[in-house]
Amino acid sequence: MTNSVNELPPVELAAKPPSDFRILIRTRPELILAPVLLVVILVTWEWGVPYFDVPNYVLPTPSAIGVALWRGLDAGFMARGGYWLHTWVTVWEVLLGFFIGSGVGLLLGTVISQFRIIEATLRIYLVAIQSLPKIALAPIIVLWFGFGLTSKVVIICLLTFFPLLINSMAGFKAVDPERLELMRALGANPWQIFWKVRLPSAMPYIFAGLDMAAVFAVVGAVVGEFVGAQRGLGTLILSMNAQMDIAGTFSVFIILAVVGIVIHKALRMVERRVLFWSGEEQRMMGT
Amino acid sequence: MNVEAIGRSTTMQTAVARPSTMIEITRVEKIFTTVRQERIHALNDISLSVGEREFVTIVGPSGCGKTTLLKILAGLQRSSAGSVTVAGTPVMAPRRDIGIVFQNPILLPWRTVMENVLLPAEVQGIPRDKARARARDLLAMVGLSDFENKYPMELSGGMQQRAAISRALVHDPSILLMDEPFGALDAMTREQMNLDLQRIWRESGKTVVLITHSIPEAVFLGDRVVVMTPRPGRIARVVEVAIARPRGIDVMGDPLFGQLTSEIRRLLYGQRDGETVAGGKGIT
Repeated sequence: MTNSVNELPPVELAAKPPSDFRILIRTRPELILAPVLLVVILVTWEWGVPYFDVPNYVLPTPSAIGVALWRGLDAGFMARGGYWLHTWVTVWEVLLGFFIGSGVGLLLGTVISQFRIIEATLRIYLVAIQSLPKIALAPIIVLWFGFGLTSKVVIICLLTFFPLLINSMAGFKAVDPERLELMRALGANPWQIFWKVRLPSAMPYIFAGLDMAAVFAVVGAVVGEFVGAQRGLGTLILSMNAQMDIAGTFSVFIILAVVGIVIHKALRMVERRVLFWSGEEQRMMGT
Repeated sequence: MNVEAIGRSTTMQTAVARPSTMIEITRVEKIFTTVRQERIHALNDISLSVGEREFVTIVGPSGCGKTTLLKILAGLQRSSAGSVTVAGTPVMAPRRDIGIVFQNPILLPWRTVMENVLLPAEVQGIPRDKARARARDLLAMVGLSDFENKYPMELSGGMQQRAAISRALVHDPSILLMDEPFGALDAMTREQMNLDLQRIWRESGKTVVLITHSIPEAVFLGDRVVVMTPRPGRIARVVEVAIARPRGIDVMGDPLFGQLTSEIRRLLYGQRDGETVAGGKGIT
């Protein structure tokens, strides 16, 4: 491993160094092909809508969506028709719900995993609940908690709680018994075993749960706002849809996509720092 | 039980061998009960004493209970009968004067080599500066000085096992227990590790009990070789290895070396005529 330089095939060393661009094309062709594909799709779309005479209220052109997006962003931060206020409301719901829901899920999953009997007793129910479409409860939750922030946060908590609960339980269960035996042989107490071995070992599972929860959080916020809210990107979509402003709806969708991507990327950044040692996970989830 | 020492050497190691008893195993039995209430007699009437600074190797086929015996010594398992005392006190639980090296290095991948070596010191509350200095010395002794800030995944298998040996010694135990530590390594790395281990043992002055299923390894490293047979695991004989230290790799060509390995081989294969083939499985 240390002598990797010497182990390079001699052919590679002898070959003339190719230009940077050629290396890029050969090693990461997707870096060029992916943007090209996007441009091709957008151009075809832009050209196809008038060509096939598709009405604007069915499918607007990309440029119309762009204009709608610009108009929404240009409206000022506190304007009720603008996007900033609604984005802020939705992001706040997502963050609150995500942190509370996944935090409680992680905490409870951790505590449950430390007691084998409790874990074994609850497991069957938790897995069953995990597979229920909890989003269907959104109308009831809005009924209970009203049209404000609380109902959305509760919905998101409900959605993000279970991935963390189930994944952390799975993670703690999957800790390599050899590591535990090593710690026992060193005379470590349960607390030391938890902090030095169990928790770090479970981290890949916990982060997989967080990835899942982040997606659910945005879904939960939008559905919650669909069911009943005064502000937020979900309400914006509903009202634009009612006015046949399809370009506007698409532009809000873009904002939601950006919110989702930013949360995902932030999570990946933390994950890279925490799970730097977990080579397999990096390759598995690293896109 | 001991074979008479043939041509006892006059070097320090053998001359002052077993000045006092470090490990005393008296009539140890281990019976496992499976879920179906079947009783498995893993260890039968094991008695052995290991002297201070002695290097004892235990050789036997898979399933002869040698790992069980080591775990009992380490306090990780309880014996069903009999007693084990280490340095005069009975072994009831894992203790701090014992260091263990397992078959796998079991390094924690999120810790650097240095942090891995420091793990026992952290667990046992040894002052950090003192432990760090000792860890540096140990890593130098196993030839890993340049790798203390690397992560385990950046190391080869042999290097990982060296790190594991350093970790087992960092809290300065008087006894080192090793469970087939080189079983997963290739033959050449393994021979190198045997030489290194002999040197580390001589430099550190520990009492070592090493389990192996390699007869040459057992003879090369041991002052005495405990030959075990399976089901129920018991000691067939304890063979004295009167070959002068330090032993080089060429010792393996020594007539005495060949004599001892074939004697052990005979003990292992020729035990029970009908079952020899099955009993001899796993012997290299």
